[in-house]
Amino acid sequence: MSRRSEVLLWGAQRISAMVLAVCVIVHLMTMIYAVRSGLSGSEILGRTQGNIGWFAFYAVFIAAVSVHAPIGLRTILAETFNWRGRGADVFAAVVGLSLAMWGLRAVMAVFGGSPA
Amino acid sequence: METLQVRIWRGKENGGFQEFDVPRQESQTVLDVVTYVQRKCDPTLSYRFACRVGVCGSCAMTVNGVSRWTCRTHVSKVAEDNKVEIAPLRNLPVVKDLVTDMSEFFDKWARARGSFQGSTTRKDGFAQVSPESKERKRVDAGIECIGCGVCYSACDVVTWNKDYLGPAALNRAWTLVNDVRDTGRAERLAAVAGDAGCLACHTHLNCTERCPKGLSPTAGIAGLKRAVLAATLSGEI
Amino acid sequence: MKNDYRARNHPAYWAFIVHRVSGLLLTFFLPLHFWALGQAFHGAAGLDRFLEWTHNPLVKFAETGLVLLLAAHMAGGVRLLLIEFLDWREWQKTLLAVAAGVSLVVVLAFLLNLV
Repeated sequence: MSRRSEVLLWGAQRISAMVLAVCVIVHLMTMIYAVRSGLSGSEILGRTQGNIGWFAFYAVFIAAVSVHAPIGLRTILAETFNWRGRGADVFAAVVGLSLAMWGLRAVMAVFGGSPA
Repeated sequence: METLQVRIWRGKENGGFQEFDVPRQESQTVLDVVTYVQRKCDPTLSYRFACRVGVCGSCAMTVNGVSRWTCRTHVSKVAEDNKVEIAPLRNLPVVKDLVTDMSEFFDKWARARGSFQGSTTRKDGFAQVSPESKERKRVDAGIECIGCGVCYSACDVVTWNKDYLGPAALNRAWTLVNDVRDTGRAERLAAVAGDAGCLACHTHLNCTERCPKGLSPTAGIAGLKRAVLAATLSGEI
Repeated sequence: MKNDYRARNHPAYWAFIVHRVSGLLLTFFLPLHFWALGQAFHGAAGLDRFLEWTHNPLVKFAETGLVLLLAAHMAGGVRLLLIEFLDWREWQKTLLAVAAGVSLVVVLAFLLNLV
């Protein structure tokens, strides 16, 4: 991979990390609030269904994690398993795309879409 | 007299530890111990030292598993149950006993463009650099490196990626990036970017933890990361 | 020759291990999490069928572990960002303790509300 791509990947992981820091804080607070009286399907969907704000929040969350996680995974593959080069890059990209698609499906589910 | 049980690495990579008994003395350093063994027990023991006072950076070894300068490491600080294990620096090929081949360590300083590039001649006047300027303060924070190789030996990223330039070379590059007289900035930033450069650092702080001069190569490497990202985004490199 | 645990036995290295392990485990957990949320395609009843399973004490224990992983990865990550993007200052050494403290507070807050 070119030097420029390596630098941009590093930057993308840091910028996604900044977005994730905010998302995770909100996520943790929501979780702590939501488990107070036990989780229920109607309570969760009551919060998320048809709510554009939550939909946008989780969409951004999914996008950021789909950038952040595969870059970290790629580093682990290189350093711990000595797997470098195109094969590892493609593998990490596939993991990222899968997370994004699978995650968006979950967001659609709680927003109130129909099964894709 | 109290004796110290010393295990010293003998041979090359596939060598082993040999045990010696060394009389314990007050204010004894690890280098004193090695010198005693070489003079009194086995003259074939190979090791490196020069100044004995923490200036030259040639006597670094692995003492009880930790990279240290041996001339200024007191036995009292590192001995466990009156035992000391002395081995060559890590991450470098072993030539013999406690001597490593440091070529790659210094070659990487060159690869990180660790030499000053100026634009003036002897006919020009002195450059004026305020000691209070941000750049000069950053240079001050990293300039006292003695090139002992302790940080390189302590760094896991070097172990994981043989091409990684390492803390000392990157620290050097950072001091030059902040040298307002230097004209090689773009080439240097390009040289330290990428897979084997500053971006590979994981902030383990092994180098910062072990540097005998109390420097923080991690801090310099972090500075390079920011500079490299900014230079890439602006198209400078 | 390579270093052994003795060279790595200091707080910043432990923090690295926590960050790497938590990041990896969270990545593995995400597909499961997304699958569980996908049960909402079958309405609130679909989610409730899954949530019933989570009343198991063992699952609650694992959930708390996940909260700890997430909090630790987030707090440790913010520490790394502050070290990488700000000029070095002595106080950055104390960030480690702050990150550990934040993780602990989050987990305790979660546990107190869970049980």
